[in-house]
Amino acid sequence: MMRSRERTWGKTTIGLLLTAIMLFPVYWMVNVSFTRDQDMRKSPPDLFPFHGTLTGYRTVLDEQLPYLGTSLVIGLGTVVLTVALSAPAGYALAKLRPRGGGVLSFLLLAAQMIPGIIMAMGFYAIYLQLGLLQSVPGLVVADSTLAVPFAVLIFTAFMSGIPGELLQAAKTDGAGPLRTFWSVVLPMSRNAVVTVSLFAFLWSWSDFVFASTLAGGGAHKPITLGIYHYIGNNNQEWNAIMATAVVASLPAAVILVLAQRYVAAGVTAGAVKD
Amino acid sequence: MSHATHVPHRRTVSDPRAAPAAPPRARRRPGSQQWAAWAFLTPVTLYLALFYAYPLYRNLDLSLRNYTVRSFVRGDAPFTGLANYRTVLDDPTFAPALVHTVVFTAVCLFFQYAIGLALAVFFNQHFRLSATLRALFLVPWLLPLIVSASTWSWMLNSDSGVVNSALHAVGIDPVNWLTSPSWSLTSVIIANIWIGVPFNLVVLYSGLQSIPAGLYEAAALDGAGAWRRFWSITFPLLRPVSAITLLLGLVYTLKVFDIIWIMTRGGPADSSTTFATWSYQLGFGNLLPAFGPGAAVGNLLVVAALVFGLVYVRAQRKQALT
Repeated sequence: MMRSRERTWGKTTIGLLLTAIMLFPVYWMVNVSFTRDQDMRKSPPDLFPFHGTLTGYRTVLDEQLPYLGTSLVIGLGTVVLTVALSAPAGYALAKLRPRGGGVLSFLLLAAQMIPGIIMAMGFYAIYLQLGLLQSVPGLVVADSTLAVPFAVLIFTAFMSGIPGELLQAAKTDGAGPLRTFWSVVLPMSRNAVVTVSLFAFLWSWSDFVFASTLAGGGAHKPITLGIYHYIGNNNQEWNAIMATAVVASLPAAVILVLAQRYVAAGVTAGAVKD
Repeated sequence: MSHATHVPHRRTVSDPRAAPAAPPRARRRPGSQQWAAWAFLTPVTLYLALFYAYPLYRNLDLSLRNYTVRSFVRGDAPFTGLANYRTVLDDPTFAPALVHTVVFTAVCLFFQYAIGLALAVFFNQHFRLSATLRALFLVPWLLPLIVSASTWSWMLNSDSGVVNSALHAVGIDPVNWLTSPSWSLTSVIIANIWIGVPFNLVVLYSGLQSIPAGLYEAAALDGAGAWRRFWSITFPLLRPVSAITLLLGLVYTLKVFDIIWIMTRGGPADSSTTFATWSYQLGFGNLLPAFGPGAAVGNLLVVAALVFGLVYVRAQRKQALT
């Protein structure tokens, strides 16, 4: 008894050590974000910000706040568009057995394989003609292509699990397909909506390819571009760069703390079957 | 607040394509239901056509014409057939870009998978805090790529990076990680492995969950050691999940652009250029954009990704049957 308890603690220690190694870059980012300019190029570097400073964060508030706002708006827009497009599609594919549904699912799967840089080039050509370059709606649409195929997959999978009797009962009560979808299926799929929204937001928030090709130089820059230009313009103030990085990571941290099981479900959804 | 419905059931998540076909075939599909079904599918179908098919078509069109900035805006570029592809194939960057793409993809896949599997087996032992620590391992995967890439850039900085100062502490000379042509590819590979491990860990871990514990107990009774149990039970039974993980990883790694571009811009002297960064470099990285050749490189990448994507779909289907 005693032995086995010791062994579990031994494993916990190893686990803590491995996690520490894995998360060291994250720690380093936080550490550098608090480091004073004059300590930045010290050798060896301080492992802990003994003379911590908030200059970096003050710079973030002064310069990067509008970009954070833009990213937030684009992220929320992407979430709305993604859910609005994929929830009905998931319902149809899962419950209404459309002719040609298999082909559509296959196309969605194939769409996920297309490298973002290729999509970006196509979007650039189109947006140039439509005058949508450097606009928020343009980025919302482009970013949603990162999430829609995945979202349809999640919704289809989730809604397949809703018992057919429930839908039949709704039908007997005189509800049409639209009514059934809105009042029965959608409320029951709350968890799928959460999972999809999380990923759509996170991907849109983190997007760099579309931002750099479609929004470069414009007034509405997302935060990823803000950081990128920051690095390009001054590679001296690394505390400010890292402070921006810390702030840009906050959504990921919040999501991990509040909704870890949705994330794990999302990661495994596409890949694993048993 | 029932926990049973929170996470989509894994069995149902597995194969969306099977879902429409799952109910008995014999039941006829009423016409009105067909109308309703396609009414629900119309938005996403239009969306696919407008925002996937059309950009892809435009990209193909770009690669088949001789575009300049002027004709790009006016849209009257002359059709030149495969000239852009010939330009790309004859370009001195082609061979190194191909080699770097293959090396980058292969090395990243191998280490992401090996480290992910080792960690998955380790975390599968259910010790104290294992669930929490496993969740923390997701962090690198959730961070925006620009954040990871710029953090790694600073850590690998030649003069003030923490990596070189750690090497110095054990008596190794500083390495010019990002500024020396012989190290730049290694540096971006290291950063990308770090980002990819969590995905492999989570997927392989959930694969491990489905291996019955009884098998291990029986093997342990027969005197098989931990090493033996891994190679004769875990590894063979995990093969289908491994195949899917590796194929997905392959498709994702082929498209990696952000990390390389932010850390090295494919340089110095093209020493870390892959097809993805080369395509961007041609189309957007120079003062005089070469949209045609850029699109041509991109299309080569699409073909590669789609070939492996088809292999993935086939593998998944095969697995669904067994």
